[in-house]
Amino acid sequence: MDFSLTEVQAMLADSVDKYVANEYDFETRQAYAGSETGFSADAWATMADLGWTAVPFSEEDGGFGGGPVDMMVLMQHLARGLVVEPYLANVILAGGVLRRLASPEQKSRWLQPMIGGELHATLAFNEPQARFDLASVSTTASRDGDGWVVNGHKGVVLNGDTSDLVIVPARTSGDMHDTAGISMFAVLADAEGVSRNAYATVDGLRAAEIRLDNVRVPADALLGQVDEGFAALDATIDEATLAVCAEAVGIMQILKDKTVEYSKNRVQFGLPIGSFQALQHRMVDMLSACEKAQSLLVWAVMTCAAGGEDAKRAVSSIKYLVGSDGRRLAEEAVQIHGGMGVTWELDVAHYFKRLVVIGTLFGNADYHLDKLA
Amino acid sequence: MHVTFSEAELAFRDEVRAFFRDEYPDDIRAQVDAGEDLSPEDQVRWQKILHGRGWAGVNWPVEYGGTGWTPVQKYIYSREEGFANAPLFIPFGVNMVGPVIYTFGSREQKERFLPDILASNVWWCQGYSEPGAGSDLASLKTKADLVGDRYVVNGTKTWTTLGQHADWIFCLVRTSSDVARRQEGISFLLVDMDSPGISVKPIILLDGTHEVNEIHFDDVEVPAGNLVGEEGKGWTYGKVLLQHERTNSANTFRSAYRLRKLREQVATPVRGAPPLADDPNFMRRLAAVEVDLKSLEYIELRTLAAVASGKAPGPESSLLKMIGTEIVQAIDALYMDAAGYYALPYRPQAGVGADNEHTTALNYFNHRKVTIFAGSNEIQKNIIAKHVLGL
Repeated sequence: MDFSLTEVQAMLADSVDKYVANEYDFETRQAYAGSETGFSADAWATMADLGWTAVPFSEEDGGFGGGPVDMMVLMQHLARGLVVEPYLANVILAGGVLRRLASPEQKSRWLQPMIGGELHATLAFNEPQARFDLASVSTTASRDGDGWVVNGHKGVVLNGDTSDLVIVPARTSGDMHDTAGISMFAVLADAEGVSRNAYATVDGLRAAEIRLDNVRVPADALLGQVDEGFAALDATIDEATLAVCAEAVGIMQILKDKTVEYSKNRVQFGLPIGSFQALQHRMVDMLSACEKAQSLLVWAVMTCAAGGEDAKRAVSSIKYLVGSDGRRLAEEAVQIHGGMGVTWELDVAHYFKRLVVIGTLFGNADYHLDKLA
Repeated sequence: MHVTFSEAELAFRDEVRAFFRDEYPDDIRAQVDAGEDLSPEDQVRWQKILHGRGWAGVNWPVEYGGTGWTPVQKYIYSREEGFANAPLFIPFGVNMVGPVIYTFGSREQKERFLPDILASNVWWCQGYSEPGAGSDLASLKTKADLVGDRYVVNGTKTWTTLGQHADWIFCLVRTSSDVARRQEGISFLLVDMDSPGISVKPIILLDGTHEVNEIHFDDVEVPAGNLVGEEGKGWTYGKVLLQHERTNSANTFRSAYRLRKLREQVATPVRGAPPLADDPNFMRRLAAVEVDLKSLEYIELRTLAAVASGKAPGPESSLLKMIGTEIVQAIDALYMDAAGYYALPYRPQAGVGADNEHTTALNYFNHRKVTIFAGSNEIQKNIIAKHVLGL
């Protein structure tokens, strides 16, 4: 039995830690989040230079051939910086579909530039009526000469405002909730008929409503086979779920550490508040939640790396725990910080908000517990 | 055992209900229902409507312009007000400093301040907490030194809600450090916010709103006549006021209103999605909060019965605050979870998500404060442990 990281994984963790410590303090993060695009183009270029955007891709595709463990390491360590650059949208979501479905020619056009940091891409996996059901796709693609014409509305598309390329699941046959009959299309954001209503999200990141109104795309916009896109979409979302769970567990640990630290320094009634047993036990509960989450995460990542039947169950298990225990832990962190915990000025509130948003992404605790039940 | 109202009380209920139906402006109602914050102008407009009806001073004695209602009438009123989802009264004037002034103030102070408080002509804010004195309020350090006929005030107050709009601030200040108990050196002082030496620094909350402030006092001169009651008695006066603050934060009927609305909302398909009411997980959580709320309602009723039969209200206000605020937060979480992905957009343009969805996460975040302010729920537990359990 061995839970240690490989040398390469340890180097990756170290590289992320150094970057966050040296170049990504909280003030910098807030400045990037508050900028026009909601992230820093320079920081994104650095992340590409450091090779982080290449982690999950095969060497043949220009990547490092990393697996779930590498992704866990990266996301958990990036969590400390509350990094706002569009890693999830580009590498994990768009990259996940391109890696699985794109032809060599399509990869050279979209995947390699994305890995290089030159092209921004995202995956429009959600529709307004879908709640958390990936197969709820009412966007349609109909044949139009050699190509296709796409119509529909994609909701809360992560980094949809700055993406050059939007990967759009669209229905080419079947009924609205069928998994069969969904095809994946690579749609350029500046194509005629694409309109975007952009906004910040409550965790300081960005998203957009994207409407597709008679958008004509060529035949080679289709990724993979007609009607058979769902498996790649589903597998990509499972990967993304696991990745944000790793981020969430990282945030849980930071919130626990910051709360303990604060309780040692904040003096009321002549004593550090951390000396009060009523608070000590609650912080022990926070530690317990962190240990549970970290252990379950390790299991989930190993199970996904091995593939097979249990992988989906593992993803839902950790997502449920992050959505329930994670939210409770974050609320406790804020409560123990008192008034300071609800201020914009303190990073604690921003870790809290990100953790709550992750709780909703790709299905909340109820949704995943239901899958397990 | 029964909970029934007399004919006269039922008639009163109908009168109050009709008032909220007819006089509560639609434009303000729409904002409150959407979970949005009211502008100071709308807030004052609403309070003046209540004042016009003679209902601004629900708890005030008749001689100062109050309603003179019985405890049961007050209960009925707050119930109807909550069910109407009327805006929360900005409490600092009418619910907080007003009662202190009419209970402990001089005749001159009563004449000078009370009418404008009741009529919402003057906006008050509260100077209690300090950066180093939160839960441990008695450790406050803001000093007021008597020099001739004036106090000279120096120090910093914080978490001052809506202080950016305030004309006046009531403060707990230290007038003496030469006392056996630190509570004894604290006095209650009224300060004009236009006084030279006062500066207001915004504190932005986690949802991006400017709701609270830090207020600095730098050699601020305050006429000695603005001291309420006696020097060194401020702690006693302030405690009276905090009990008002805590009872008000139970929010029972607004919570009932919000739960009823949520049931209606989830029964209806939103954005083409099937109704959330089909999801037993969500509905079980909703039902559990309804059970908690019903128990809170009956804690309030049993307290009311005790008060109506002449018993003094005790630490129940701590219990009401604790349970009531936890329910508020549970309802916020339900609303946010009901909105799913559409809780995520931060102040989007119109047309993103349905109705109030984009305010749900912000309310959830913002309302973390309710278990922290007015004496954190941990402090309420300390009070109950000491005064109820005798520990």
